[in-house]
Amino acid sequence: MTMTEPFHDRDTGRRLIDRIGEKLDRLGATERAPIHLMEVCGGHTHAIFRHGLAGVLPPGVEFLHGPGCPVCVLPMGRIDDCVAIADDPRVILTTFGDAMRVPGSKKSLLQAKADGADIRMVYSPLDALALARRNPDREVVFFGLGFETTMPSTALTIQRAEREGIANFSLFCNHITIIPTIKAVLDSPGMNVDGFIGPGHVSMVIGLRPYRFIAKRYNRPLVVAGFEPLDVLQSVWMLLDQIGCGAAEIENQYARIVPENGNPQAIGAIGDVFELRDVFEWRGLGSIDHSGVAIRARYARFDAERRFAVKGVTVSDPTSCQCGEVLKGAIKPWQCKLFGGACTPETPVGALMVSSEGACAAYHQYGGLRKGAA
Amino acid sequence: MNAITPLPLRRSRHRVQQPTVTLAHGGGGSAMRDLVEDVFISAFAVHDDGAPLEDQARLSLADLMTRGDRLAFTTDSFVVDPLEFAGGDIGKLAVCGTVNDLAVGGAVPIALSCAVVIEEGMAVATLRRIALSIAATAKAAGVRVVTGDTKVVARGACDKLFITTSGVGVIRDGLHLGIANARPGDVVIVNGPLGDHGAAIMAARDEMAVSTSVASDCAPLNGLIGDLLTAAPGTRLIRDATRGGLAAVLNEMAEASNVGVRITESAIPIRPEVHGFCDLLGLDPLYLGNEGVAVAVVPAEQVGPALAALRAHPLGVLAAAIGTITAERPGRVVMDTPFGGTRIVDLLVGDPLPRIC
Repeated sequence: MTMTEPFHDRDTGRRLIDRIGEKLDRLGATERAPIHLMEVCGGHTHAIFRHGLAGVLPPGVEFLHGPGCPVCVLPMGRIDDCVAIADDPRVILTTFGDAMRVPGSKKSLLQAKADGADIRMVYSPLDALALARRNPDREVVFFGLGFETTMPSTALTIQRAEREGIANFSLFCNHITIIPTIKAVLDSPGMNVDGFIGPGHVSMVIGLRPYRFIAKRYNRPLVVAGFEPLDVLQSVWMLLDQIGCGAAEIENQYARIVPENGNPQAIGAIGDVFELRDVFEWRGLGSIDHSGVAIRARYARFDAERRFAVKGVTVSDPTSCQCGEVLKGAIKPWQCKLFGGACTPETPVGALMVSSEGACAAYHQYGGLRKGAA
Repeated sequence: MNAITPLPLRRSRHRVQQPTVTLAHGGGGSAMRDLVEDVFISAFAVHDDGAPLEDQARLSLADLMTRGDRLAFTTDSFVVDPLEFAGGDIGKLAVCGTVNDLAVGGAVPIALSCAVVIEEGMAVATLRRIALSIAATAKAAGVRVVTGDTKVVARGACDKLFITTSGVGVIRDGLHLGIANARPGDVVIVNGPLGDHGAAIMAARDEMAVSTSVASDCAPLNGLIGDLLTAAPGTRLIRDATRGGLAAVLNEMAEASNVGVRITESAIPIRPEVHGFCDLLGLDPLYLGNEGVAVAVVPAEQVGPALAALRAHPLGVLAAAIGTITAERPGRVVMDTPFGGTRIVDLLVGDPLPRIC
C-alpha cells in the first residue's frame, strides 16, 4: 500500500459525496444557483480533473480555477528575458520541466534550446548548483519560479552558493507570493467566490496565519487542503459546513502536512535571501503590488537580472486572450473565444493552456470541450 | 613462378587494443576491423559457421515461405540516455523494440540488422557489454542478428551511442491484426504493469535526485504474443505501449477504428512504486513509455482464454482486462475513476514534463 492509498478509498468518497449533497440541499444550492468554490492552487485544479471530481459532485457546487499555477501567470516578457539570457553563449540555463513550453513573444525555451541555446531541465535548484560546480568556465543560471512552495529551496541554494563561494551561479528570480494574489481576486469586480480551497504546499511553508484577512475582511472561509481525492472532497464538505452556518474561518484539512505556523526555517531562509518587489506583473491579471520577490542586495552577485543586464521587457497579452477572466473566475475556460480553436495545448496562445495545472489545459485534456461532456 | 607459398588464412579474432573508441575505429582500416570483429561479430556469432562475411545477409525465400504468406519489415532507432539502466540497456532495448514491433503485427521475428553510431571516447568495455546484451536478448527472442554496420563520429556529433535495428518476420496465412479492427463490445487487455520503463529511465538519469526500486520492463514479447494468438485467434489488434504510453496506443486505436475506448482506472495494473514516483514528480503513469507491455483488443468471448494464456507466461502474470470498446464517443478515450467520475485520456503534446509543485 502506498502512503496515499487511504486517501483514494472509494466508499469513504461516496459517503462524503452524499453528505456534500445533503449540505447543498440544505443550502438550496442548484445548478442554476451554485455555491462557487475557488481552488487557488494549480495542483488542486489538476487533482480535480484527474480524478473526475467535478463530475461526481452534485451540480449545486461549482469549482472556479484560481491563479495558483506559477507557470500560467508568468508574463511573456519574462520568458523573453529568459531566452535572452539563455542566448548568451557563456550561459547554461536551467529550469523546471513545465516552464519549457511557456510561449514568449517570439519563442519558448524549448524552441530556444532547439535553436542552439544550452538549456537544461533540472528537478531542483541544487541540481543547477551542482552543474555550476562541474562547469566552472560557464555561467549557470537557474530560472526560479513558483510560489512559497519552491521559494525555500531556491533560497537555500543561494545561501549554499555563497557559503561555497561559487562564482558562476545566479538566479533569474520569478518567484511570486500567494497572498497578494488572493487579495487581487477578492478585490476584482464581479467576484463571486463563496469559499476557497487553500493551497496545501504553500501553507506547509507559510502556515495559516497569513490567510486570516480573508475571513476577517472579506468574510469568506478558506480550508487548506491536501491533493488526494478524499482531501479535496473533505475540504469541500468543510467549506459547505461553514457556509451553512454563516461562518468564515481559516481551517486546516491538511494537518498531516501543514503545521499551524508553517515552517519557520523555510520562512527564515526566504526572508534572508528575498525581499518584496514593489510590483510584479502577472499574466492575465496585470501588475499586482508586492506580489513578487527579488534577491536582496546582500546576495546581489547571485542575481541574474543584475549580472546579465536583463531588459525587463513588457509584452502585452494578445487582446483576444481571456486568461485573466478565467483566472479571476469570471468565465469558464470553454467560454473563451480562443478555447479549443486558436488556443490548444499544441499551440497555446494563453498561458493557462500551457501547464497541465492550467485550467484551460486541464479542461482540454481531461474534461473534453465542456464540463460534463465526458 | 611465385615460389612463396601463401600463409593459410588466419581465422583467429582480431582484438581491440585501446580502452576507448577513437575516430580511427571508424576509418575502415585495421582498427575498425578489430573493433567490429572483437566487439560485435564475436558477440553475434555471425560467421561462426565459417562462411565468409559478405556485404549483405542472405535469407532463404523457400524457408520463409513455409512459415507464412507475408513478410513483415520494420525499423527503429534507439537513443536512450543513460545507456545502461535498471532492467536493461540500449542493446537490449534495440532488440526488444524491433522484435516487439514485428510481433504485435502477428509476425514471427526471423532476423535483425544492427547499425551503431558511436561517439569517439566511448569506453570499449561498455560497448562490449552492450554488444553481449544485444546477442543475449536476440537469443532469448529466438532471432539472429544477421547484418550490421559501425560508424564512429566526432565527440558531440552523437550522444555516446545510437543504435538502429531493422527486422524481418513472417506473418502466417490468415492472420490479419490491424489498428482499425476494434469493434464495439471488444475488450482491451494488457499483459502487465504500466510505466515501469519510463520511471526506471527517468530515475536513472544523473540529474534526478529521486531514486526508485523500479526496473525497466524491457523484454521481447514475441513468445507471449504467440501464446495469446493461439489462445485467442480472434484477436483484433495488438500494439506495444512504447512512447506516449498506454494513452497514446488507446487514442490511436480509437481514432483508427472509429470507436470509443472506455477504461477503468482501478483495473489498470500499476506498481505502487511507479504510482509513488509519478505522484512525487507530477507525472501520469498512463503516459510513461513501456518496453514490455502489449495492449490487445480481443472479442469478448475470447477474453477468458486470452487472459489465461497471458497469465501462464512469465511476462503476463499481472495481465488484466482494463476496458471495453464502445460505439459512443468515437475517437475518444474515456476513463472511469474510482469515485464514479470520468475523465478524458487525451494525447500529450510532447514528452511528459515534471510539474513544479
